Amino acid sequence: MLDDTDRRLLRQLQADPTLSVADLSEATRIAPATCYKRLDRLHETGVIRATRSVINWAALGYTVEVSLRITLDKTQARAFDDFLAAARDIAEVLEIQTFLGRTDARLSLIARDLGHYQQIYRDRILALPHIADIEALMNVATIKDSPSLPI
Amino acid sequence: MMDLDTTDRALLRALQEDAGAKSATLGRRLGLSQPAIWRRIKRLVEAGVIAGRRLDLDAGKLGFGVTVFLGVKLATKGRVSLEDFERAVSAIPEVQTVQHVLGLYDYRLRVTARDLADFERVLRRRIMTLPGVGNVEANVLLSEERRPGPL
Repeated sequence: MLDDTDRRLLRQLQADPTLSVADLSEATRIAPATCYKRLDRLHETGVIRATRSVINWAALGYTVEVSLRITLDKTQARAFDDFLAAARDIAEVLEIQTFLGRTDARLSLIARDLGHYQQIYRDRILALPHIADIEALMNVATIKDSPSLPI
Repeated sequence: MMDLDTTDRALLRALQEDAGAKSATLGRRLGLSQPAIWRRIKRLVEAGVIAGRRLDLDAGKLGFGVTVFLGVKLATKGRVSLEDFERAVSAIPEVQTVQHVLGLYDYRLRVTARDLADFERVLRRRIMTLPGVGNVEANVLLSEERRPGPL
């Protein structure tokens, strides 16, 4: 189980994942050796899965971001599996989620411009299996995007 | 806008998996010297392609068992200041993502909670009481995967 020391470390790391162990130790007033030990354990137990670089797709020319909310034809037994497998093959898809609710699945899609989006939508998205309905939400602005948990 | 070659793409894929990967390891994998790896990473950071790091935590193991995506429609458009709404909603610690969108809803929120009862508390006390909130649709996350994107 996690104790207060783990939580303090995780809070600091969430706020700034680039911190070194020395920085962490100073910020949390936890001894460096303890920091090492705790971080090792958090990795081993899978609480910390990874530290990942974040790509700014706009810097690579991808200016359009669309959220596609998809209703699947659930009369098909393999609707979810087939749909997910095919969606993974579309390079411009950044996130795939499944839900309990009015929407069955959601794809987060990026494109260079609206023409490029239209092309992906027509050629790749509409070709995905077992789709009953699609709603598109175009992202105008991301106000907040933080993976942080209120630990 | 930056153009990437095949090596840049492979490097970005590797850094998305592990931002802290040793340059010696990356060099062996991509057939480059350590200084060549450093130069490429420096160039990608300077061009804004690598935007930072994200700590990937297992929310379930930290006691956050429920993630809900909310579609929020503002009730009295034009009378409510969007800035006020955005500031208030971004300040809620359980709200991880706030996106201003075009389509069926005005805002898309990603909310994390300990369980459904905790989610209900956040929804009723924090979100439904925000200025101008109208119709809200909730979808409970069942599964999620992040893809490497068009690299």
